[in-house]
Amino acid sequence: MIPSGSLEAGGLGDIIAPMTLTIDEVEYIAELARLSLRQKEKEIYREQLSKILDYAARLNDLDTASIPGTFSVVPHQISLRQDQSRPGIGEEKLLRNAPLTEEGQFKVPPILD
Amino acid sequence: MPEFSQLTLKQITAGLRKGDFSSRELVQAFLDRIERLEPQLNAFISIQPEKVLEQADQADRRYRTWRKSPESSLPALLGVPVAVKDVLCVNGLRCTAGSRILENFEPVYDATAVARLIAAGGLILGKTNTDEFAMGSSTENSAYGVTHNPWDINRVPGGSSGGSAAAVAANMAPIALGTDTGGSVRQPASYCGITGIKPSYGRVSRYGLIAFGSSLDVVGVLGQNVEDVSRVFNLIAGHDPQDSTSVDAPAPNFSPDQPPENVFKSLRIGVPQEYFISGLQPEVEACVKTAIKLMEDYGALVEMISLPHTEYSVPVYYLIAPAEASANLARYDGIRYGPRLDADSIQAINSITRGEKFGSEVKRRVMLGTYALSAGYYDAYYGQAQKVRTLIKNDFERAFEQVDIIAAPVAPSTAFKIGEHTDDPLSMYLEDIFTIPANLAGIPGLTVPAGLDQNRLPVGIQLMGAPFKEDVLFKTGQAFQSITRHHLEKPIL
Repeated sequence: MIPSGSLEAGGLGDIIAPMTLTIDEVEYIAELARLSLRQKEKEIYREQLSKILDYAARLNDLDTASIPGTFSVVPHQISLRQDQSRPGIGEEKLLRNAPLTEEGQFKVPPILD
Repeated sequence: MPEFSQLTLKQITAGLRKGDFSSRELVQAFLDRIERLEPQLNAFISIQPEKVLEQADQADRRYRTWRKSPESSLPALLGVPVAVKDVLCVNGLRCTAGSRILENFEPVYDATAVARLIAAGGLILGKTNTDEFAMGSSTENSAYGVTHNPWDINRVPGGSSGGSAAAVAANMAPIALGTDTGGSVRQPASYCGITGIKPSYGRVSRYGLIAFGSSLDVVGVLGQNVEDVSRVFNLIAGHDPQDSTSVDAPAPNFSPDQPPENVFKSLRIGVPQEYFISGLQPEVEACVKTAIKLMEDYGALVEMISLPHTEYSVPVYYLIAPAEASANLARYDGIRYGPRLDADSIQAINSITRGEKFGSEVKRRVMLGTYALSAGYYDAYYGQAQKVRTLIKNDFERAFEQVDIIAAPVAPSTAFKIGEHTDDPLSMYLEDIFTIPANLAGIPGLTVPAGLDQNRLPVGIQLMGAPFKEDVLFKTGQAFQSITRHHLEKPIL
């Protein structure tokens, strides 16, 4: 049921090189994204991400030099409210779902040695 | 009096007002049906039977008081049970987003769309199953099991609002809220033979919606017909100061009683050539073309149009949506909410918790998005995708200068078998090819049933309109339903 011609990588432009990620690159991305992966997962994702990014490279077929990006589909609007304080959600509610708290705070390991 | 669960929303509200039945009887009927069908369908993640029956009793008390002075006003959905996709927060009721990382999360407020339904008297039956964080087209990516299509339990209901679609199609709820980021209301509505609206971006507040792709996410409605869906849409739509992307647009002025000839005569329908490609299931093409021909017979002016950048929609979406998701899902850190897999450093807590508790599709998309936004690649991937998005949006703008409505298939095929695409993520992504463009452009889209294939699986037709022109979609969809019976077909359960 796949529309014809869609799976082949289209003309690769000079911005994005032919796409095969290395395991090192997958590990780097996983670190940035704070995702701990098993060795088998790294290999599977390496293959899948490479294929998807390779497919996405067809966007380079298009000349977009003079085209602005669409970051929002609604007209840019400034939404401000009156500078008046009002009650927040409250500490108890905000901490209610936290797995570990102490004295009204989220408890975490030390940040500084 | 038909079985309560088979009633439309319109029949339900009329019956409750007249006193033909009580809210309790009605809600009990839906709860009984849920109990009977859930083992086969798995449409719900959470149900709250005691609470909803209590609320039904309160609604009944209110009806009794109202009947003593019937000139006083009554909330529009008083005593009506509704289902809500498990990515919209309901205060005090577990909200999982289909994920283990929120397995015991309890929201402390209602999403605006939910609050508006509750203010209108609606009763929350439960939370429906969804692909994890709304990422998927089949509801196979849920950590709470697959939802089965009521028309054939070996097939998917579509996704990510598969639970909501299955619930409505199986009459487990008369109406349901869903969300649509790349097609997740329209496609399951098509696969399940029901009606679904993806409103214009900005129409319905996203406050309280667990964010996936913030420039794409829209809250939508699934129901048995256009009239029901449009009523609930009117209740939830409208500016919300708590969502800075919500727009103050006038409510659509749509009257459901217009004769079809009046609606169709001189309605300009555009048929995009790029949506009729090889690979489209022949029966899907046939049902959609028959529907368009019927509208033409009633006076519509049909013309072929071109949306030349359609083929780039999938790669654009699968860079933008994961990029936005990677930012939106950074908050699931094992510290503020959800389970925590403990470790010696914050980074280790984050990584181990997320690695264990996110499913594979979520991890895949978060990594894709992280890559697309990372230093050195931002302009080439995310930046380029946003520019091509402009080209796609412009295609629609040009089209709507010539036509009032665009008619197209919803998906390349009818509901596929469970497991058919799970080995090849890219083949799954290509299922979204006809729905993604509307999200990229921010325009509204409506699915209405257009027939059944030879396996008795539903085919939907998609109507797309210019921004904030839901009234044209509702008007056209309603008129179509007044001259066809496809929306009256039901799965055999």
